[in-house]
Amino acid sequence: MKLIKIDKKSLKEGIDKLKRTYGVFGPVREKDEFEFKALGAAEMPDFSFSNTRMSPKAIVYPQTQLMFTYSLNDADDDCRILKEVPMDERPRAVIGIRPCDALAFPLVRRNFDTPEYQDTFWVKAYEATTFVGLACNVPCGTCFCTSAGTSPFGKEGLDVLLVEDGDDLFAEALTPKGEALLETAGWTAEAGGGAEEKITALAATANEQISSTVAFDNIKNREILELYNAPFWEEEGFSCINCGTCTYVCPTCWCFDIQDETYGKSGVRMRNWDTCMSPLFTLHASGHNPRTKKVERVRQRFMHKLKYYVDKYDNGIQCVGCGRCVRLCPVNIDIRSICNKMNNFDSEACKCETASS
Amino acid sequence: MQNPYLPYPVRIDKIITETEDKSLKTFKFVFIRPEDEEKFAYRAGQFAELSVPGMGEIPIGIASSPTEKGFVQFTVFKTGKVTSHLHAMREGEIMGIRGPLGHPYPWETLEGKNIVIIGGGFAFTTLRSSIVFMTDPANRSKFKDIHVIYGARSPGMLLYKDELKSWAERDDMHMHITVDGTDDPDWKYHKGFVPTITEKFAPPADADTYAIICGPPIMIKFTQPVLDNLGYSHDNIIMSLENRMKCGIGICGRCNIGKDLVCKDGPVFTLAQLNAMPKEY
Ligand SMILES: Cc1cc2nc3c(=O)[nH]c(=O)nc-3n(C[C@H](O)[C@H](O)[C@H](O)COP(=O)(O)OP(=O)(O)OC[C@H]3O[C@@H](n4cnc5c(N)ncnc54)[C@H](O)[C@@H]3O)c2cc1C
Ligand code: SF4
Ligand code: SF4
Ligand code: FES
Repeated sequence: MKLIKIDKKSLKEGIDKLKRTYGVFGPVREKDEFEFKALGAAEMPDFSFSNTRMSPKAIVYPQTQLMFTYSLNDADDDCRILKEVPMDERPRAVIGIRPCDALAFPLVRRNFDTPEYQDTFWVKAYEATTFVGLACNVPCGTCFCTSAGTSPFGKEGLDVLLVEDGDDLFAEALTPKGEALLETAGWTAEAGGGAEEKITALAATANEQISSTVAFDNIKNREILELYNAPFWEEEGFSCINCGTCTYVCPTCWCFDIQDETYGKSGVRMRNWDTCMSPLFTLHASGHNPRTKKVERVRQRFMHKLKYYVDKYDNGIQCVGCGRCVRLCPVNIDIRSICNKMNNFDSEACKCETASS
Repeated sequence: MQNPYLPYPVRIDKIITETEDKSLKTFKFVFIRPEDEEKFAYRAGQFAELSVPGMGEIPIGIASSPTEKGFVQFTVFKTGKVTSHLHAMREGEIMGIRGPLGHPYPWETLEGKNIVIIGGGFAFTTLRSSIVFMTDPANRSKFKDIHVIYGARSPGMLLYKDELKSWAERDDMHMHITVDGTDDPDWKYHKGFVPTITEKFAPPADADTYAIICGPPIMIKFTQPVLDNLGYSHDNIIMSLENRMKCGIGICGRCNIGKDLVCKDGPVFTLAQLNAMPKEY
């Protein structure tokens, strides 16, 4: 493992160099919160954040993506023929992404980049991006990454991992893309002896601070219908107001809508993030709706993340434990308790209980 | 990398009003670039996204058969934004189609078998495709007995009336056309609901007999017990679902039923498969 040491004072210099080659994104303060933003010439990533309010998924998968343009002017040769829009394929770098959010990219890749179809918009943006992670020395109370496939110092999905150590940063290149970035920034000074031990110690301290966990080892062995028909959904979904916050802030929620918008004689086809919490999501033209009730939509969100995804990909849950939905849900619906409930659910035991009570 | 959301441009070659209430029209499309027709190689049971720039896209079952060359055909019920706009379009206009999408009926399994097609209302489109495909001279010998049970509210609401007549005249298939009711004295086919006609005319169940059912939920609800009584195994009952869709290629997450995406894993499922899935359709 080759470790680079970056003096925080020289961080700006390196980032300025990066900006010549990459579109650079990083966490910046926005009122009381942090968000990932494209950094302007004078802007620097602000590492004093715990995590951003919105996940960084928009860097690869913007909330509104222009897909095609069209003309409705009969005088044009290509009237009513959709035209591809040139995409920004220049390299971009995200500096300071947390390991949980980084893991979300390979996770949603299973959806966007399949053997049959490649979502060109997502795949091209993903391929253009270099992910520079920032380890969490102090995770927050709602994080449960260690049971959701990564950890405060997790490396999956990253090209570089940065670790803060007082006035210094340690950087480890994890991929050729990461090496190229460090090279471009001029971050090449090798860290002296002891760095590795320091990182190991910091990681151990961080891991110890993760206080909540989810278990899903039993979920795979349950039938879909058994969990679907479990009695707890009514209670879990009761207070949900279907605001959709949980889906928009989530790094692993990927659903979208496609809409045409016309101005005068021309227009665009675009896609927008959508939410399964909305009744419109499944509404047929006839008025029929397979998920009319709020509780059915709550069940859909959690069954998708914790059961359907698990069955389909056999690769853990569709959640990286960032805790955003837990923190931001206005009525305190908590994926951790729902996951554990699903995992502990046994319809047979349930029947006996009701029979004996 | 091929952009899977980009439709092939097509020209509306012909529009046929199918039903007396004008709620159903058949659209025949011709590909603007001939090579796109080859890329659009499809099989009966698949669907496509019809793309009307400025309005949006809608998933519609392919009503033409792969044995019919030079065009693709869809029959569309006027109900909302895109379908209403489509109904107001004219021959010669340009739009797009994207596909073919989804799984066809399981033709490898169906070869060499008896086939019973049961359809109601306007959900007869991919069934038409299947009938034309199976009765094509090159294919007819690949299937044993073919039964078709098709019903609509009234004679004027039946789709593909000329073809129905010609199929009824064939001696290598059994057509059972029915209407809920009619006072037309010249009506020479059945009267009664599809489940009743199925009970009377569907062939007995055996391992080599497959039923393909498409129709409104109410028809399916009452036909299924009839097939159960006749002894049809749920592996031998094939259905096609319609869930709201957007991408049609298994990416946008809209159309799921449990872990299956209707657009990519379906829309064709056996009843045995559906029994293990949530009833979210
Ligand atoms: C696999 C499949 C095959 C179909 N085959 C046919 C067919 O052969 N003939 C036919 O007339 N209809 C068919 N439908 C139904 C048809 O797609 C809808 O009637 C149509 O999308 C309604 O669009 P709209 O814009 O007029 O309605 P609006 O209510 O304005 O709908 C807005 C949008 O919602 C979506 N949507 C609404 N209802 C449905 C629905 N029932 N299914 C899917 N998406 C929907 C569409 O994206 C639509 O553009 C099929 C649906 C599916 C899924
Ligand atoms: S954030 Fe909470 S209230 Fe809002 S849709 Fe999600 S679960 Fe429901
Ligand atoms: S489900 Fe909640 S905790 Fe899991 S990744 Fe999404 S926002 Fe984070
Ligand atoms: S329509 Fe997009 S996943 Fe099925």
